[in-house]
Amino acid sequence: MNLKLIARISFALLMARWRQTLVAAVGVTFSITMFVALLGFMSGLNDLLDGLILNRTAHIRLYKEIKPSLKQPIDGSDEYGDYHNFVYSVKPKDEKLELHNAAGIMHALRQDPQVLGVAAKITARVFYNVGMLDINGVIDGVDVAQENRLFQFKDYVTAGNYLDLQNTPNSIILGIGVGEKMLVQLGDVIQVTSSKGEQVPLKVVGFFQSGLRDVDNVQSYCSLGTTQRLLGESAAYITDIQVKLRDVTLAPNLAGEYAKRFEVDAIDIQTANAQFETGSFIRTLISYSVGITLLIVAGFGIYNILNMMIYEKMDSIAILKATGFSGKDVNAIFIMIASTIGVVGGVVGLALGLGVSAIIDQIPFNTASLPAITTYPINYNPKIYLIGLTFSIVTTYLAGYFPSRKASKVDPVIIIRGK
Amino acid sequence: MQTPVLKAAQIIKYFHDPVSVKVLDGISFEIGRGEFISVIGKSGCGKSTLLYILSTMDTDYEGDLWIDGALMRNKKEAELARVRNEKIGFVFQFHYLLNEFSVLRNVMLPGLKLDAISEKEIEHRAYEKLKILGIEKEALKKPNQLSGGQKQRVAIARALINDPIIIMADEPTGNLDKKNSEMVFEIFKELSTTYLQSLLVVTHDNEFARRTQRIIEMEDGKILRM
Repeated sequence: MNLKLIARISFALLMARWRQTLVAAVGVTFSITMFVALLGFMSGLNDLLDGLILNRTAHIRLYKEIKPSLKQPIDGSDEYGDYHNFVYSVKPKDEKLELHNAAGIMHALRQDPQVLGVAAKITARVFYNVGMLDINGVIDGVDVAQENRLFQFKDYVTAGNYLDLQNTPNSIILGIGVGEKMLVQLGDVIQVTSSKGEQVPLKVVGFFQSGLRDVDNVQSYCSLGTTQRLLGESAAYITDIQVKLRDVTLAPNLAGEYAKRFEVDAIDIQTANAQFETGSFIRTLISYSVGITLLIVAGFGIYNILNMMIYEKMDSIAILKATGFSGKDVNAIFIMIASTIGVVGGVVGLALGLGVSAIIDQIPFNTASLPAITTYPINYNPKIYLIGLTFSIVTTYLAGYFPSRKASKVDPVIIIRGK
Repeated sequence: MQTPVLKAAQIIKYFHDPVSVKVLDGISFEIGRGEFISVIGKSGCGKSTLLYILSTMDTDYEGDLWIDGALMRNKKEAELARVRNEKIGFVFQFHYLLNEFSVLRNVMLPGLKLDAISEKEIEHRAYEKLKILGIEKEALKKPNQLSGGQKQRVAIARALINDPIIIMADEPTGNLDKKNSEMVFEIFKELSTTYLQSLLVVTHDNEFARRTQRIIEMEDGKILRM
């Protein structure tokens, strides 16, 4: 088959009906533009919403849970160990939430090549004292440097410098909601009562805003040392170890492995935040459905125009066949017409989609709950563009397939006779 | 003895719609090199049907057909297309030129399809053919800028581009006035005598037919005389 000749004939036929061709191509362009812009916007939004939780969440969290012991003394008995023992009214033991040998565990984790980073954390339940009132709260004692490296702590500190938490002794970064309730400003000193009943003055060096109102209303941050002093514990006291992995998909497996190896409780991000993946998945699914529907509509446009072209060019098809073009050649000519419309319309659509995305990216989007965001989020993932182009080629090919087959089956005898 | 350009043996053809009718009933004949033959007969006697079978475009028949010594039976569609491209030139009652292309390109198309020689040579050859037909000046015009007679001459040039062994024509003068008809006849005559081109022309025009070398007259699907 002489491709150059086929291309030349296709091009001539395209140009002969350039207005219709343009309409068909514009249909494809429009749908690809919408597809790219919609998906870019939607996945930008997904990333933003997921990031709200997932960026700030450890891939694996090692901790100790208060729960009744699974092993009861009778299980150790020589005589009754193999029996089915029913023990009623089992209660959890009064134990500290401290992880035993936390330093050792963290050292071991840092040696693991799959681990990106490890950050220790202490969770302390406290009351913020405002005059006569006590407000419930939670203070996270964090390793400031690691917290910032692994969980972008800095992005959420809206006032003050996050490093002051480390450098100023007895300092606190308050959740913005807590700060509003207590009417405090940077540099003020507040009183905090620990669960042990001890009252400690802490200097406010910053405010943070996570974007989740419920969190901002109770949560505050202190350094590890400050929290340990607040609780009256030693410098070895750690309640949580947060692990960030190089590959997040390994989290469920590794969580189980770590739980067994270090004899602690471990929860992975997928289990802890299953609802976020479901939400993202549904949003992505909807965007793809809309995009593909648009493309199918454009495909019907191409189908129509090719069909019309074939009726109009019946004579030309007949003479081509009479003078030695086979059905395959004629088929190739019309497939090429359809593909040209698809590729040209698709590529222009990608460019316009990128343009529309860039415009959306400039639209101001200020919301109190998302301090780090100033414009609408857009995802420029090349995957979206690749999928858009692939779909445009596939739909136009399918739209061209049936008309082309019809053209290839044209019987020149009937046409030439009919005159 | 030379292989005949075309040989038909006992060709039988039925039309099935609406009822089965035998339109061709055992047609056999041969065409030798350089022969100028006309096929005449009343409307509906099957002469056009015969032409389409001989041209390989219609494959639904009984009997055997050889073109240039090769049997056409059981050939695939693409192979038949190749035979038409290489060995047969067509002239129809209507010119069937593609308005999207210039006259020159229209003439070149079957040559480009055959792809036996370079595009430059095909173009050169197309100019030569147009010159034989006296319309080389119109080469770069679009077909819809030409008169009816000129268009038919372009169609003849297109039929000649691959130097076919036979030219088949279906009422080539049917749409033309006396003067243009005369001209087409002269062209055919010249092709036959000067270039030893075999021609098979189906026509209504008895005047035209009488001046050809050999007449095949048909009636009711049979050859009356030849």
